[in-house]
Amino acid sequence: MIGFIVRRIGQAIIVLLGLTLLVFVMEHLLPGNIARAIIGPRATGPEIAAFNRANDLDRSVLYQYAHYLNQLIHGNLGFSYTLNRSVWNVLKAEVPRDLLLVGTSIALAVLIAVPVGVSQAVKRNGLVDYAATSVSFLLYSMPSFALGLILIQVFAIQFAILPPEAPQSAGVLGLLAHPSGFVLPVATLTLSVYALFSRYMRSSAIDALAQDYIRTARAKGLPEHLVLWRHLVRNSLVPIATLVGLSLPAVFTFGLVVEQLFNFPGVGLQYFTSATQTDYPTMLGITLLVGVATVAGSLLADLAYAALDPRVRFS
Amino acid sequence: MQVAPPTDPAVLPEGGEVISQGSVGKQIYRTFLENKLAILGLGFVIVITLFSFVGPLVYHTDQISTNLLNTNLAPGPGGPLGSDQNGYDILGRLMAGGQVSLEISFAVALVATTVGSLYGAIAGFFGGWLDTIMMRVVDIGLSVPLIFLFILMSTIFRPSKLLLIGLLAGLAWLGPARLIRGETLSLRTREYVQAVRAMGGGPRRIVVRHIIPNAIGTIVVNATFQVADAILILALLEYLGFSLPAPTATWGGMLSGGTTFLQDGYWWQVYPVLILIILAVVSFNFIGDALRDSLDVRLHKR
Repeated sequence: MIGFIVRRIGQAIIVLLGLTLLVFVMEHLLPGNIARAIIGPRATGPEIAAFNRANDLDRSVLYQYAHYLNQLIHGNLGFSYTLNRSVWNVLKAEVPRDLLLVGTSIALAVLIAVPVGVSQAVKRNGLVDYAATSVSFLLYSMPSFALGLILIQVFAIQFAILPPEAPQSAGVLGLLAHPSGFVLPVATLTLSVYALFSRYMRSSAIDALAQDYIRTARAKGLPEHLVLWRHLVRNSLVPIATLVGLSLPAVFTFGLVVEQLFNFPGVGLQYFTSATQTDYPTMLGITLLVGVATVAGSLLADLAYAALDPRVRFS
Repeated sequence: MQVAPPTDPAVLPEGGEVISQGSVGKQIYRTFLENKLAILGLGFVIVITLFSFVGPLVYHTDQISTNLLNTNLAPGPGGPLGSDQNGYDILGRLMAGGQVSLEISFAVALVATTVGSLYGAIAGFFGGWLDTIMMRVVDIGLSVPLIFLFILMSTIFRPSKLLLIGLLAGLAWLGPARLIRGETLSLRTREYVQAVRAMGGGPRRIVVRHIIPNAIGTIVVNATFQVADAILILALLEYLGFSLPAPTATWGGMLSGGTTFLQDGYWWQVYPVLILIILAVVSFNFIGDALRDSLDVRLHKR
């Protein structure tokens, strides 16, 4: 077990190093060069040379990568020249709001997917099963921006009961102070994530239902609702841990779309703004942040799986 | 070495053995006969392909020059599905957009599945440090959410059909690579692989002639889902502004263009194309699910 944890963490570190290399390479593949992107298209040759010298851009690529890693370890993600703030500062302000949006949506999606999946498995090919399968297929097959736009059309325009835009407050508490603006973004993200989870949830519940411990529980005369709650639901939760960890890249993608759609102030929206202003340091910082979150997510998922399921033995 | 006694074929399937169900082609054929949803899916894919590629031959529309006198027309005698903000006939544009969207999606699925399968089979077959390095590369690729990369690319490149295919396939091959590598790990220990080895067959022969054909079920299923995913990601890219230059029509472009008029009630610019996208994605998923049920040997054993 300890060997597994150590090996798994070692793997994660290697992947993270590769990720930094990828981001570093992208930074150097940018059109023109970094100096031009920062001091502008009208910079003269000597100005660019001076900038390169000042920022170590005339040194060898290997030196620059080592320098970049060193900066990263010290928490320096670069400097955003359009926002005139360090990338770290930009992200520090955005991340809590994202955690609120993504965290709430994932939690809600799990809360919906588990009971629905269990009832689908219990009454397979019944009315509930067909209805839930159809809904999740529909949600899955719809581009997420279209889903959000339809929700806006219905709830913000047709019936005008919810605002079409997320609250614009700076802090997390400010967001919570206007819960009505929070409903549509969370609903869109929840439905998209639910569509991802529901299909796995159903089959994992069906798998669990065929296990011996369910038969044992029934054979010893346990009431059906206790069989489902104590044995089926608990055991179906184990793959959910992995599923959440592995679906993080997709969740972030949906999150990006939702933020753009509802003007939700977060990392994703910042990414769009930075893209229109060709603010590469911020974009690369965010790419790195999301990558780190993904790697950490899958690492935690694997560890949680090992901890939750005593049958898992790693050799 | 002992010569194994001849065994009764009926006793053979046990452990990880494949139960012979006829050729892959026959299995696929049987799947479609048995599974109603798969027939529905296949039928719709055929209809949609005919609609996009043969439709324009029957229903002639101008999808190149804009007509500013006929913008945002409601469905009526002029056009069965009205016109969009540039005066393009929507029905004709659905066909033209279908061509581009299907072409790109099929190409992405083909390239990604081929490259991914070969990559995964090579990594899984050779194992050792080569496998470790190759799979860490896949891990790194999977840890970057692709949309972030696309937006970054969109600030650098001008989109073209080839570039879109390259970018989408460049990220989509990671999934099949991991899948086929797992499959190869079990395939390479099979007797027939060892027999080829014993007869002096090189790694190239083993991978191309034995491992890939035996993993073909997984590969075909994955390719089907790849098409569905590509249609969705393509639509998303169009919405995010990474779109092919005008006047090229795509479903994603039509949908994102139409949604700007949702408030004006121009439903014909949104819902026909949205329904088409949903039906196409659902169809490919139905086909993929059915194929997986019939080709997945692990399911047969249950």
